[in-house]
Amino acid sequence: MKKMGIIATKGTLDMAYPPLILASTAAALGWDVQVFCTFYGLELLRKNMDGIRVSPLANPAMPMPVPMPVFVQALPGMEAMASMMMKQKIKSKGVASLSELREMCIEADVKFVACQMTVDLFEFDKNEFIGGVDFVGAASFMEFAGEADVCLFI
Amino acid sequence: MSFDKELDTRGMNCPLPILKTKKALADMASGQVLKVVSTDAGSVKDMAAFANQTGNTLVSSSEEKGEYVFMMKKK
Repeated sequence: MKKMGIIATKGTLDMAYPPLILASTAAALGWDVQVFCTFYGLELLRKNMDGIRVSPLANPAMPMPVPMPVFVQALPGMEAMASMMMKQKIKSKGVASLSELREMCIEADVKFVACQMTVDLFEFDKNEFIGGVDFVGAASFMEFAGEADVCLFI
Repeated sequence: MSFDKELDTRGMNCPLPILKTKKALADMASGQVLKVVSTDAGSVKDMAAFANQTGNTLVSSSEEKGEYVFMMKKK
C-alpha cells in the first residue's frame, strides 16, 4: 500500500483545500494517508470550519470582480465579503465544501494528527477539535513520513 | 453497453467524481459495471488514473454533448 504524509500549515480558505483534496483522493485510491496539522493548519481540525476565510490582502493573484486598491481591501468587512463571495463561487462550481471533503477523508480512514506544540502555543482547547485526532510531536510524524512514498508540505 | 449501477456526478468538480465513484464501487460485486456520468473535463484523465491505481477496469470512456460517460468494471 502506498503512503502519503501531508504537513498542513495554512488556515485560509484557499490553502485548506489542497491537503483535503489530495488526502481524500489518495485515500480513495487506496493509499494510507496521514495529515499532520501544525500552526494554522490546525484550523482543518476544528469541529466548525465555517470560520475559515480567505483574504485578498497580500494575495494579488486572487481574482477580484472589480479592480480593488490595497487600501480598500484593508477596510473592515472586506475579508468577510471576499470569503463569502469565494464560498458562493465554490458552491456554484460544484466544488466540495471543506467539511464535506474532511468528512470523506475521515470515512476513507485518513488519519489526522495535531501538533501538540502549536496547540499549546496558541492555547487551543482540544474540545474545539474533531474526535479521533492524536496529539503528537515531530518524531511521530517522521516515523510515518520516513516510510511514505509521497510527502508534502502545504 | 449494459451496466449494473449508474452514478450521476453532473455539476460536481474535482475530486468529487472520483470520490463518489470509489464509494459507489464499494457497494458493488466483483465484475459488475458502474456507469458514471460527469461534466468535469478533468475526470477523463482522472478516471483512467483511478482505474490504473485501483485495479478496476475502465471499459470505456466517451464524450457526448459536453458530458463524459465512463464504464468502470469492479475488480
